[in-house]
Amino acid sequence: MEPLLKLDHVNKAFGGLTVTADVSFSVMPGDITAIIGPNGAGKTTLFNQITGHLIPDSGRIIFQGEDITGMPPQTIVTRGMGRAFQITSIFPEETVLENVRVACLSHRKEILHPFRHVGSFKRATDRAYEILESLGLANRADRPAFELAHGDQKLLDIGIALGLEPKLLLLDEPTSGMSPEERQLTRDLIKKLWKEFKLTLVFIEHDMDTVFGIAQLVRVLTLGRLLAEGTPDEIRNNPEVITAYLGEEVS
Amino acid sequence: MEYRKSILSVAFVIILAVGFAVAPLAHTSGYQIMLASHILVWGLFAISFNMLWGVTGMLSFGQALYYGLGAYSVGLFVKHVGAAWFVPGMFVGLALSVVISLLIGLLVIRVGGVFFTVLTLAFGQLAWQITFRWYDFTGGDDGIQGIIAPGILSDRIVYYYFTLAIVLISIWLLLRLSQSPMGVLLRCVRQNPARVPFLGQSVRMSQLRIYVISCFFTTLAGSLMAGVDNSIHTDMLYWTTSGEVILMSVLGGIGQFFGPLIGAGAIIVIQDIVGARTEYWPLFIGILMMIIVLLFPRGVVGEFQALRIKLTSFARRGG
Amino acid sequence: MDPSFIIVQFISGLTMATLLFLVASGLTLIFGVGNVFNFAHGSFYMLGAYFAYEAVSTLHTNFWVGILFAAGGAGIAGILAESLFLKRIYGRSEEGGFQLLLTYSFILVIDDIVKIVWGTEYKSVLRPAGFHGSLEIWGLTLPLYNIAIIVIGLLVVVIAWFTLSHTRPGRVARATAIDRETMAAMGVNVPLTMTLVFGIATALGGFAGALAAPLRSVTPGAGIEVIIDSLIVVVIGGMGNFWGAWLGALILGEVMAFAVAIIPEWASVVSYVVMVLVLIFKPEGLFSPRQVRTV
Repeated sequence: MEPLLKLDHVNKAFGGLTVTADVSFSVMPGDITAIIGPNGAGKTTLFNQITGHLIPDSGRIIFQGEDITGMPPQTIVTRGMGRAFQITSIFPEETVLENVRVACLSHRKEILHPFRHVGSFKRATDRAYEILESLGLANRADRPAFELAHGDQKLLDIGIALGLEPKLLLLDEPTSGMSPEERQLTRDLIKKLWKEFKLTLVFIEHDMDTVFGIAQLVRVLTLGRLLAEGTPDEIRNNPEVITAYLGEEVS
Repeated sequence: MEYRKSILSVAFVIILAVGFAVAPLAHTSGYQIMLASHILVWGLFAISFNMLWGVTGMLSFGQALYYGLGAYSVGLFVKHVGAAWFVPGMFVGLALSVVISLLIGLLVIRVGGVFFTVLTLAFGQLAWQITFRWYDFTGGDDGIQGIIAPGILSDRIVYYYFTLAIVLISIWLLLRLSQSPMGVLLRCVRQNPARVPFLGQSVRMSQLRIYVISCFFTTLAGSLMAGVDNSIHTDMLYWTTSGEVILMSVLGGIGQFFGPLIGAGAIIVIQDIVGARTEYWPLFIGILMMIIVLLFPRGVVGEFQALRIKLTSFARRGG
Repeated sequence: MDPSFIIVQFISGLTMATLLFLVASGLTLIFGVGNVFNFAHGSFYMLGAYFAYEAVSTLHTNFWVGILFAAGGAGIAGILAESLFLKRIYGRSEEGGFQLLLTYSFILVIDDIVKIVWGTEYKSVLRPAGFHGSLEIWGLTLPLYNIAIIVIGLLVVVIAWFTLSHTRPGRVARATAIDRETMAAMGVNVPLTMTLVFGIATALGGFAGALAAPLRSVTPGAGIEVIIDSLIVVVIGGMGNFWGAWLGALILGEVMAFAVAIIPEWASVVSYVVMVLVLIFKPEGLFSPRQVRTV
């Protein structure tokens, strides 16, 4: 089986500071994997390179067999890669429904239609409702997005990414800022979405309950370098990982 | 719920259309017809400006360029070629508008932000400079007078209905645009441009598209005005004209589709009452703009809507 | 082309460049530190000219005192405008747009206040005593006052450089330009810093306006052309780039001086052409290293 996403000796430095140091790994279709690491390890920077926001200095990023290194985000996104953001990135004045629908319309290449009323695009609207149902947001479909509580906004953020029917979904700290109950709900939701939408998931997390609760494979990043990769148990007991996290709680 | 909003908009347009359509028949004077024409033309100007700013978040201080372009295309054709060339002059103006807005747009949109605003002002002033100095061709500061549309359009009432029809159709097209998927995308560009590429869309292309569209209708408004006033002047290209359309939009409310039209009507009526009595009109609108920006940023329609929402939610809770 | 012609135009260009720099530096300072584009900057320039006129003609002060009066007056006007009005809209979500509208409305208000107070006729300010003549050197006739402006400009540049790099207030201003929040967290009074920077910038603008007064008549409406010239300087040099403003002013000043001598009717159009060329080929400014952030 071909990997869905493959990173091949990716390097990046800002000025004199190395943020990504010779990172290589493969993600197989259907995986749920986590990327963890202390603050400043370069996790979000790595995501930014995968999604085209930043261009690596060297190395390649291959998605579905295609070299996407250096492609702009709007192209990569149409190739089937979705992303949800650490700091929620939604369209606050639009309704909850509209936030997701605009992604569906874009996926169906109907977004540039200048004349028909947006509500008359039935398939896109229905699909958007389906996604909202899965996320538990359908009952607030007509409310403006800024009215949602923080946790629900994070879900909406994921919903927008889902509207583009991604094969690979990158989630940047999906449970940050949530209470323990919300975290549990989000964990269950992520598992559900993974099955329902047949996704391959890679997520960055600091909350170890979430990491060890959902991920099949864990990769540890420190100072831009891939320190270790393995099952949650292997990682939990890896002495180097524990040292890297000195001062932070592990499991 | 969203269909309800659009039905209200349609109803509003119909009421507007009827109101303006009936005006000449109600024994109104030629002066009042001219005033109504001004409201229509400036209303179109302001609504198309608002597609750029209120909807997409692009504040241009140089729309006077396109407005003047429309007026001068018509005026120059009529002056140098003949009265029969009024309508062809309009078409030439519109074609030039598309070309120029594409060129300027490509140059200026990629720098974005504050720069975009001040550069549009600079280009507007450049257009004014060229028109002002090229006395032999444009008449410079004298302007051009005696511009009358040919044939049946030379009748003031017929020209009024001509203007009304074009303005209404244009506003209707822009309304459809604002409610279409492209319109939603434009609003997303304003609200969160960082996310838009992650929708698979290009912010710059969206901005360029609406820039060309907005400038097109602005040029259309300008060309209509040439026949309303039967004259054109370089002031139409001056930065104060750009400022005036912004004031109308802000006064009416930039968050609402019809806000700028209300604002245009308000300013024209106020100008009719106050403007005649003072030469310090700029001071007046300067202070008015300060008051709106500092105290009523949502504009007349916006504040009205906000009030309405507050009252209905109050009633809902109480009942 | 006769060499003496070139030298005379070159000096003339330096004079223009000095005045442009004084105005543009204030503009770029406000933008760099406060992230505000002061649309009305040209109006403070104009106020400076009128204050100088008032000092010299009505209060019968010495020309140089008049210049200081102009700078002070413009500075105070700037501080009032910023603290009474501009401050109220910092931090609003539509911040950028409404800031521009507010500073735009300042133009309308200041221009008309000037008309009310001083009327619309052209006023004139004479060159200071001792500077009416020219310097005869190497067969060239160089106006003394123009040279004085160049010298003063250089002095200001040196003082500005020294203040920005070697004094605490200068360093605070530069740091605030880079990271407002951190500076606030470190106990710097950011609002006060912004007000003071605004005042200094408008004072510089007023200073330039007063210096320029003897060269052109003092009229209302000078504001907009000045702001566009400053904008062109800043486009060439790079927005927020203080030294870029200096080089940009030099380039524009020289181009304008020669254009005015060769094609007087269309000289102002030439400055736009320069701006368009820079925009096409290097939109971040000729002297800025980093790319303009495009979306």
